[in-house]
Amino acid sequence: MQKVDDIKPCFPLFRNEEYKESLSNKQTQFEECHPADKIQETFLWTTTAEYRDLNFKREALTVNPAKACQPLGAVLCALGFEKTLPYVHGSQGCVAYFRTYFNRHFKEPIACVSDSMTEDAAVFGGQKNMIDGLENAIALYKPEMVAVSTTCMAEVIGDDLNAFILNTKKAGNIPNDFPTPFAHTPSFVGSHITGWDNMFEGVMRYFTINAMEGKEVGKNGKINIVPGFETYLGNFRVIHRMLDEMKVPHTLLSDPTEVLDTPADGQFRMYAGGTTQDEVKDAPNAITTFLLQPLQLEKTKKLVDTTWNHVVPKLNIPMGLEWTDEWLMKVSEVTGKPIPDSLAKERGRLVDMITDSHTWLHGKKFALYGDPDFVMGMAKFLTELGAEPTHILCNNGSKKWNKAMRAVMDETPYGKEAKLYPGADLWHFRSLMFTEKPDFMIGNSYGKFIQRDTLHKGKEFEVPLIRIGFPIFDRHHLHRGTTLGYEGAMQMLTTLVNAVLERLDDETRGMGTTDYNYDLVR
Amino acid sequence: MALRQCAIYGKGGIGKSTTTQNLVAALAESGKKVMIVGCDPKADSTRLILHSKAQNSVMELAAEAGSVEDLELEDVLSVGYGGIKCVESGGPEPGVGCAGRGVITAINFLEEEGAYDDELDFVFYDVLGDVVCGGFAMPIRENKAQEIYIVCSGEMMAMYAANNIAKGIVKYANSGSVRLAGLICNSRQTDREDELIIALAGMLGTQMIHFIPRDNAVQHAEIRRMTVIEYDPTHKQADEYRQLASKIVNNKKFVIPTPITMDQLEALLMEFGIMDVEDESIIGKKAAELAAA
Repeated sequence: MQKVDDIKPCFPLFRNEEYKESLSNKQTQFEECHPADKIQETFLWTTTAEYRDLNFKREALTVNPAKACQPLGAVLCALGFEKTLPYVHGSQGCVAYFRTYFNRHFKEPIACVSDSMTEDAAVFGGQKNMIDGLENAIALYKPEMVAVSTTCMAEVIGDDLNAFILNTKKAGNIPNDFPTPFAHTPSFVGSHITGWDNMFEGVMRYFTINAMEGKEVGKNGKINIVPGFETYLGNFRVIHRMLDEMKVPHTLLSDPTEVLDTPADGQFRMYAGGTTQDEVKDAPNAITTFLLQPLQLEKTKKLVDTTWNHVVPKLNIPMGLEWTDEWLMKVSEVTGKPIPDSLAKERGRLVDMITDSHTWLHGKKFALYGDPDFVMGMAKFLTELGAEPTHILCNNGSKKWNKAMRAVMDETPYGKEAKLYPGADLWHFRSLMFTEKPDFMIGNSYGKFIQRDTLHKGKEFEVPLIRIGFPIFDRHHLHRGTTLGYEGAMQMLTTLVNAVLERLDDETRGMGTTDYNYDLVR
Repeated sequence: MALRQCAIYGKGGIGKSTTTQNLVAALAESGKKVMIVGCDPKADSTRLILHSKAQNSVMELAAEAGSVEDLELEDVLSVGYGGIKCVESGGPEPGVGCAGRGVITAINFLEEEGAYDDELDFVFYDVLGDVVCGGFAMPIRENKAQEIYIVCSGEMMAMYAANNIAKGIVKYANSGSVRLAGLICNSRQTDREDELIIALAGMLGTQMIHFIPRDNAVQHAEIRRMTVIEYDPTHKQADEYRQLASKIVNNKKFVIPTPITMDQLEALLMEFGIMDVEDESIIGKKAAELAAA
């Protein structure tokens, strides 16, 4: 029982005797579960190499995917444009999921609507929902742009966004000139990164495809930056900062930093910041377009290549030392602006930090999972630190990713042993954590259950999780951090080396046993 | 010459696939570069061109490979008579799954893989019987087929279907550039068939682009999995398809159709004696009652 002046949270409340008894009664009387030793035996079997081999033979089932669906990416992309309402043509539940997913990660309200298709819409098509939905959403929420994407339901019945939106305008329900870019984003194709790419291409197409007259590459003297599915707010900020320090005029196409980081000052902001429509219209006039996560921006690249006629620089994600160097040098090359001393000094500090921590990170083994560009940048950075990426899992990684990733790993002795797993899920990853134990795993919050499972087998089997990725639901404010540029490398290095030291302290805290190495100075 | 994309619709069993393949063979014979995209789970839109039972379809191959992303263009594209490129979207067995989605997936795949190259003069989409869901309207979405030909005959249900398809086209034509380009009459030898279809075409605001007489040569060729053009190029039926091909090449009449009501269609059928004037007095009367009267 709770006492009013001593309210306990669920932990440790449920460790009280009366709750333990209640739980055990429930288990014995109603759950009909297997005996504890049988459960333990099965658990141990799932940690064996035999089980791993069976697990990797799995063909028709995904267990714990390390990816989300297309419209989630489309919504994030839309949030990066000024006064833009993400609008998902399809069922309401899907959109509730997108909102809560981002709520839990960013700890912010997310403005996003659906046109709530139900059974009649599945039968008769969703045009009526589109007509009413667009009219209502614009009247209620007063956006200046609505970015339309789709859920599975609309895709399976083959709703045609282009025709529906034009019919809505033709019927006079919304003004003819109201910006309504759109993208088909079937959830059962690709992943959230595909959805981001599709929506972005849709926005760019909408504003530029029939307005290329008078556009000239390099006319506005700026460069365009396309972030891709990016959830570290510090990354948007560090790109701005580095380019500002270089005095390079630029446009960050899709920039949600303001709307995903609004202050608590008594005012609710449904819209804040973001790339303006004028900036989008002007984008073809830029010198060129930098794609920060090139592996996930294929459709965008096609449009930028063929419609805007930009020569897109061939670069990797600007993560870690070398790839940030290459990125800055390329920016300098295409703009003619030198890299300023401030950035050179920042680089020097990073190198200094790497040297300082080198002894602790050298030879440490890391397994990681996440989106294609992220795991590639992260693995590359690990090798720069002298650490060894052992398992690199990319649920939404393609054959192309596999090839590129292999090439990066083969460049260095630290990457030679790395095994790559495109298309594999977190249940595969769990098997690997038991049979080929690394020192740490790097990934999103879902890895915590793998950590619990490894610990359950015994302390010596535990693989601690380092949280870098998306989503992170169970730690606060990490999304405000940075992973790109020298700044991002510094932050990640700090995270990594301190995880190593934390773990070492943890293991050497034994009074009179291991504490000979429980040192004040590391 | 810019690429022209055409979709062929019409009632099930009316002879869409046969007509399309003979037409396409005639186009190829005259030197045009053509691709056929079969949009029907039966996957029988290319057999006369390829001399095969049924081509391996995009969806079949995708299911085998795991996903459509694992396919390459050359896996799904076969070249047959006259250099005609053939693709079948394919789809599920009757009674399960969603064939319409198969059409969407297949066409998206072709676009992404660059199947619509600059060399092509024509793409023909051979679409299953009725436009039953949005997926089967995929071929007429913006920037895809802009000309629609409806295959029909002088039978009531074929005309009924043609009118329904015209209704479907209007939905897309109002907001996009897709247009009805004509009715192709595939004769069933009903009375005054040509006049009837010309009259229907007039009411729909379009034309009967060609009247294809019935001829067993088509079946003879089909048994050999060939088009008449290839099987017996000297046959007079081959000339009919050549005429159709040349009329399509020179076609300039693209309209937003004006579908008619059920009453108008029935009036037309009565005028041509296909349907009797309804006798209101017999409705709801049992045999015994009628005998007594």
